[in-house]
Amino acid sequence: MEPFTTHTGVGVPLRRSNVDTDQIIPAVYLKRVTRTGFEDGLFAAWRNDEQFVLNHEEFRRGSVLVAGPDFGIGSSREHAVWALMNYGFGVVISSRFADIFRGNSGKQGLLTAQCEQSDVEQLWKILENDPGTEVTVDLTEKTVHAKDFVARFVIDDYTRWRLLEGLDDIALTLRHADAIGEFERARPTWRPTTTPIASA
Amino acid sequence: MAATTGRTLAEKVWDAHVVRRGEGAEPDVLYIDLHLVHEVTSPQAFDGLRLAGRPVRRPDLTIATEDHNVPTDWTLDPASRSSGNIELPIADPVSRTQVDTLRKNCEEFGVRLHPMGDAEQGIVHVIGPQLGLTQPGMTVVCGDSHTSTHGAFGAMAFGIGTSEVEHVLATQTLPLRPFKTMAINVAGKLRPGVTAKDIILAVIAKIGTGGGQGYVLEYRGEAIEALSMEARMTICNMSIEAGARAGMIAPDATTFEYLRGRPHAPQGAGWDAALADWRKLRTDDDAEFDAEVELDADELTPFVTWGTNPGQGLPLSASVPDPELIADENERFAAEKALSYMDLTPGTPLREVAVDTVFLGSCTNGRIEDLRAAADVLAGHTVADGVRMLVVPGSMRVRKAAEDEGLDKVFLEAGAEWRQAGCSMCLGMNPDQLKPGERSASTSNRNFEGRQGKGGRTHLVSPLVAAATAVRGTLSSPEDL
Repeated sequence: MEPFTTHTGVGVPLRRSNVDTDQIIPAVYLKRVTRTGFEDGLFAAWRNDEQFVLNHEEFRRGSVLVAGPDFGIGSSREHAVWALMNYGFGVVISSRFADIFRGNSGKQGLLTAQCEQSDVEQLWKILENDPGTEVTVDLTEKTVHAKDFVARFVIDDYTRWRLLEGLDDIALTLRHADAIGEFERARPTWRPTTTPIASA
Repeated sequence: MAATTGRTLAEKVWDAHVVRRGEGAEPDVLYIDLHLVHEVTSPQAFDGLRLAGRPVRRPDLTIATEDHNVPTDWTLDPASRSSGNIELPIADPVSRTQVDTLRKNCEEFGVRLHPMGDAEQGIVHVIGPQLGLTQPGMTVVCGDSHTSTHGAFGAMAFGIGTSEVEHVLATQTLPLRPFKTMAINVAGKLRPGVTAKDIILAVIAKIGTGGGQGYVLEYRGEAIEALSMEARMTICNMSIEAGARAGMIAPDATTFEYLRGRPHAPQGAGWDAALADWRKLRTDDDAEFDAEVELDADELTPFVTWGTNPGQGLPLSASVPDPELIADENERFAAEKALSYMDLTPGTPLREVAVDTVFLGSCTNGRIEDLRAAADVLAGHTVADGVRMLVVPGSMRVRKAAEDEGLDKVFLEAGAEWRQAGCSMCLGMNPDQLKPGERSASTSNRNFEGRQGKGGRTHLVSPLVAAATAVRGTLSSPEDL
């Protein structure tokens, strides 16, 4: 994973709450076995509507998505994160994220910046009044900048540290391989295994 | 989590699985007892292992099945019935590749797989419990948000993304921060015709799709204790629709009786040891939850959704709401969008909403009790003209049990379709889909735009409401028949 410090790009106002992962990428696009090429499925149904924000020329190359509360609810599909990143998004700003979506984003290097809803509304106004406005998100300072507007965002310290360092989660855990082995030796023997049962 | 007072059920299970406590902002490293795998969210995870040269650490704690992509209208090839070969291979080449990829990965990494045609194949959250693999006090994960289902056994069970799937395959652990705890207290007794599905839809309508974010829910109280294991699974299944990754119910005699004698349940001295452990899995009287929600089962009636998220639900006796009466601007806007997508007019009684399709199945309501309940309503009636009803058992074992009881005949005589096991019309990944503009009454878990097929409109309902709706052609409960 590439280290993440700051990101600057065109902000995209998505005035919708409860954006579920079926909207971010419909199930029909989940059949690929790679991590790439999901950009064509991003918001697939909504992109059929020519009024949809990403169909406006000024927002087409956006990379900072500013969305309503409860972004990423629903399915655990990490394809939603891949689709956003494959399209070019580096940051999603919302006042509330679904837990699994936020976790998946952190693993892939998509920054989920949680702002106050009032700040999200301010950003929407700025981006709608002057489409194409760039937004800078600074992970070191935990700030969002658009023109002369500055907002703070929250992110848990551990995810922030991992993103800043660009660290691989599995390698971090495998530093504790001895502790895992020790735990396994102490597990109750009656816990089930998935190996075939002779009489079944 | 306070250590000085009593602990909640969730805290007890968590504490018993901490391999290493995180220091400062670090997460805990949590051991995973059971990892369920299916074809959609695993290929990129296995690929990651291959790239890094890592094995699956515990194939003996991992099990795979094929469910999301599978068609449900196949028949066994009579010439090779014993080998489980099936006629009508998966027509969509992309779906087929995904299923083939799972088969290759399971073979390469030594993971046990129940493929299409296998007697134990089915929806991942149906097969874990019925095999007895899901047990109290375990940690259970799967690359699927409805893993919360397994919490019905007093397990800590939650959905994970593909990066986490790879992490569990490689390490049998996950780095996680403890969840906050929320008690959902359901007092009283359910009235006849009101089900577990109505409880959970009412909970979601009450706390909202984000209400449970960051929490593990513990369902408690008289109404919950009275439920069967299958009904408890329906409730825990939809915890994610309230934003909670996990939902739990303390194990009790009902749980132990369900497990006794299942293929992977402990036996002999192991059973006694397990039982002694499981009996401790209750929230202590002096434990404190971070939040509590109260619900009265006596007041509940059959519940249906009218909108495009599972929080947009009302009693069946209500009418389509008027967005103009919603004070919050964002919510009003969301309701307007939802009604426009659903093609509903404010003020229309929900009982007058006509459907094209009824779907009975899914990891929410595709178990044997669900099929029995629906068959009871359907017996002696026929599906209304112009309505198609799909009955899709959650697993091949459920299908066989239903056929042994003759339920398949009840469905077929009523004019419904009797299918093979799979996720089917719960999500638009296999041939079972709504056409644009079609409206369904569905026992599944999500009414998102396009969830059941592009342009499809979904009303979430219980199996009883599904069956009554099939007969009348409009959203109905058995008392309308």
